[in-house]
Amino acid sequence: MRNFRTYGEVPATPSHPVLAQVGDQRARLGQRLAKIHHIVPVVSGKGGVGKSAVSANLAAALALRGFRVGAVDGDLNGPSLAAMLGVSPEPLQVTDDGVVPAVGAADVRLVATDLLLEAADTPLRWRGPPGDEFLWRGALEAGTLREFLSDVVWGDLDFLVVDLPPGTDRIQRFLEFVPDPAAVLLVTTPSRAAARVVARAEALLSSGTRFGTVMNMAAGSCPHCGGTLPLFDAPADPGRDPHTIDFWGEIPFDHRLAHATDAGRPIVLDPDASRAATALWALTDRVLTECEF
Amino acid sequence: MRFEERQLPGDGTMGVVFACPQCGGEVAMLTNPMETQVVSSLGVKIGGTTLPDQPMELTRTFVADGRDDAFADAMRPRSVHWSEDATNRLGQVPAFVRGMVKRIYADYAQEHGISEITPAVMNRARSDLGLEGM
Repeated sequence: MRNFRTYGEVPATPSHPVLAQVGDQRARLGQRLAKIHHIVPVVSGKGGVGKSAVSANLAAALALRGFRVGAVDGDLNGPSLAAMLGVSPEPLQVTDDGVVPAVGAADVRLVATDLLLEAADTPLRWRGPPGDEFLWRGALEAGTLREFLSDVVWGDLDFLVVDLPPGTDRIQRFLEFVPDPAAVLLVTTPSRAAARVVARAEALLSSGTRFGTVMNMAAGSCPHCGGTLPLFDAPADPGRDPHTIDFWGEIPFDHRLAHATDAGRPIVLDPDASRAATALWALTDRVLTECEF
Repeated sequence: MRFEERQLPGDGTMGVVFACPQCGGEVAMLTNPMETQVVSSLGVKIGGTTLPDQPMELTRTFVADGRDDAFADAMRPRSVHWSEDATNRLGQVPAFVRGMVKRIYADYAQEHGISEITPAVMNRARSDLGLEGM
């Protein structure tokens, strides 16, 4: 029987050391992330639960607390973080050290695909031979996220908030780049469907990962009497022991949050504006506590 | 086998020529476009390119419909003069990566003491740097 070597045992030739290049990519990523003290991905297995609004406000609130904060819009195909942080597309400066991030509300440093595309309604498309795109699109998306982390001049950061797209596979992909995040925020809404998907996301995280759940759209306020109005009747998950869920916060539904988000001004900049702002500040303080500040 | 040459004849196909270091016999390998794209999507350079990575090179190379001015180095002034023919040829490069390609040629010219970039200089740079696709 022939004794084959593994690919890793084959000496790389000087002309195309593919394996060495992949190693260089990881080394570059490691060097960049070494200057970032706390990486906080904001995730959910389900779309439409408010991850981006939570991300934008968390990043702004941390910056207002005096920390150096960056934000990555990891939702490459549906970016919204730049708009929520009031960033208009301007040419990104390129230095020998990398691409200089844009600066948004509260001086949050930001990179996102919508800063690169022709117009706000331009979809993200990739160059490549026609057909078979399903084979390589995932690799390009992962590579772009890697470059957002490794090729941007983040400098010394206290926090990097990463808004990830819906889908548990995206969480796995991110954890390959950042296996030990400081804390993971799982955003959900009080519906069974959202809670079950979040449970799947929880199952992906290793036992040593610090994570907490944020219940967004927890309830609304009656515009007449100010009373609390539950938006959803369904319990979080009837088959789940609620005591096993580590809730880090509840954010009430508030139209002012939506307006602030659309205006590119995180609502935490006006802390007295609403119960949503108060809740987001409380969430920020909880994240700080979890990160041992 | 020794790497000899890489070519991108079109449609995404990549041709690579290897030679036996003893007898000089050559073997050509053609990859199909899908395979080439899959490997390129990893962000690695294949076939003799030794140029260091540019910041966000993968993103800038593969994102279609990018803004012309998304990256400011596209407008970075260079002391090297571009001939009219070279400028026209550079204009055929997709806008999103044109700035990066221009910088690569400009760096090459400066490193080799070349004051004017012409199509001949671009050909030489492509050969030396393994940039046949640019």
